[in-house]
Amino acid sequence: MSETASRNAVSSSAAETLLEARGLHTYYGSSHILHGVDFRIGKGETLGLMGRNGMGKTTLIRSMLGLVKPRGGEVRVRGHAMTGGPTHRIARRGVAYVPEGRGIFPNLSVRENLLMAARPGVDGQCNWDYDRVMHTFPRLAERIGHGGGQLSGGEQQMLTIGRALMTNPDLLILDEATEGLAPLIVREIWRVIREIRDSGIATVIVDKNHAAVTSVTDRSMILVKGQVVFDGASEAVRNNPELIQRHLGV
Amino acid sequence: MDLVTFLIQILNALQYGLLLFLVASGLTLVFGIMGIINLAHGSFYMVGAYMAFVLTGMTGNLMLTIALGIPLAFAFGALLEWLLFAHLYKRDHLEQVLLTYGLILIFEELRSLAVGDDVHGVAVPALFSASIPLSDTLSYPVYRIVISVVCLLLAGGLWWLMKRTRLGMMIRAGSHDRDMVQSLGIDINLLYRTVFALGVALAALAGMLAAPISSVYPGMGGSVLIISFVIVVIGGIGSVWGALVAALLIGFADTFGKVLLPEFAGLAVYLVMAAVLLWRPEGIFKKG
Repeated sequence: MSETASRNAVSSSAAETLLEARGLHTYYGSSHILHGVDFRIGKGETLGLMGRNGMGKTTLIRSMLGLVKPRGGEVRVRGHAMTGGPTHRIARRGVAYVPEGRGIFPNLSVRENLLMAARPGVDGQCNWDYDRVMHTFPRLAERIGHGGGQLSGGEQQMLTIGRALMTNPDLLILDEATEGLAPLIVREIWRVIREIRDSGIATVIVDKNHAAVTSVTDRSMILVKGQVVFDGASEAVRNNPELIQRHLGV
Repeated sequence: MDLVTFLIQILNALQYGLLLFLVASGLTLVFGIMGIINLAHGSFYMVGAYMAFVLTGMTGNLMLTIALGIPLAFAFGALLEWLLFAHLYKRDHLEQVLLTYGLILIFEELRSLAVGDDVHGVAVPALFSASIPLSDTLSYPVYRIVISVVCLLLAGGLWWLMKRTRLGMMIRAGSHDRDMVQSLGIDINLLYRTVFALGVALAALAGMLAAPISSVYPGMGGSVLIISFVIVVIGGIGSVWGALVAALLIGFADTFGKVLLPEFAGLAVYLVMAAVLLWRPEGIFKKG
């Protein structure tokens, strides 16, 4: 409890804003997915992004990264207007993305997947390098020469997270990082997510397991049909079964 | 066929195959990584050969011409990618074929306006103009050996670039997932432009190297283009290593086809292609 409180103090609204969206409207063809979404995450903050399937979580992330061009609204990365990309510039401002479905490069070895992404962070920080990723994910170290496509689902997920860390981000966005993985691997991934959070990297976590999300994050956002229906302390979600049942229950 | 003639044919086959590799490697990269069917790739070979003719006329030195020609061709490729090819990535193959076929006509017309339609020759550089005697009557020109060595070095360099450098890793990653590469902070457009320009430079270099031995003539890009596509398909689309093996295979099939079965010479290359594709429909080496 006191740990949560101290983190809340650090990540108050006074912290530098890393990623911000205002009034975001995104369409896929003619279907209107996001209906004016506001989003903000500050330095060192952890945010759970929740909602049932098809409510717009992934679309919100992809819109903010410029992978999908929003039709209305504004995206700011560290205060710079960057609506609609280019994606690589947004990433270079310290945003790393672990997409749903992982996105490893199967035609590259584990080592190459990591090395191709390596770069210092925005302030020149090199806290994460090849050795630290190996240390954090010992299972990857055993598979270093394997092709990315030869890994198990859990190993692929670790590789994607490790690769994102190689860019020394200030913000890590994890979209369904534990989906479809065995319980033992899921536990391992949550351990690493906590470690990343504690190292001061801001994280946005999308996950079906809302109990785990609310226990790891300071703040939670709930999306329903492309609109934000809740944005507040994760503790408030945790202690409100009615809210969970209404917006997240199956 | 005596031993010396046989040796000469082997050297010819190697030299021809390796030269084809320079053209085919760029074609396979652009096809495999960016998904573009570039019919105008043979034109870059033609442009290279004419560049050798024009610039050597001005500088009097083929090696200086090559030193100037490579950066010129690279810049030309980058410009062409920015102007035209960058708009083709999301289009289907029919549109790519239409644009790049149109480019062939434009390049040939421009060539005709600028240099005319005559056949030209380019002198072999004095440094390499000697021949190595192999028997009382037969000898082998040093320049052809130089071509083979240069091509082999470039093949090694290309292999190193693709397999050992971060740029190569990014290029290979870019062939698999564009969005993910960008999400890692890599400018994929710049990456593609570099690959395209590299392919143009390699094809132009092949044209410059070949100019002294094959003469410089209108439409010379056409036959090279077709044979290069054969190599790309045999080797496996996108595989540089496959292109090298396939180019050598074609070099040998063509050279020895002409010697052993002159009446079927044109067929040998396509028989090899058919045989390889029956054995491995996706080419010797799959994309990777």
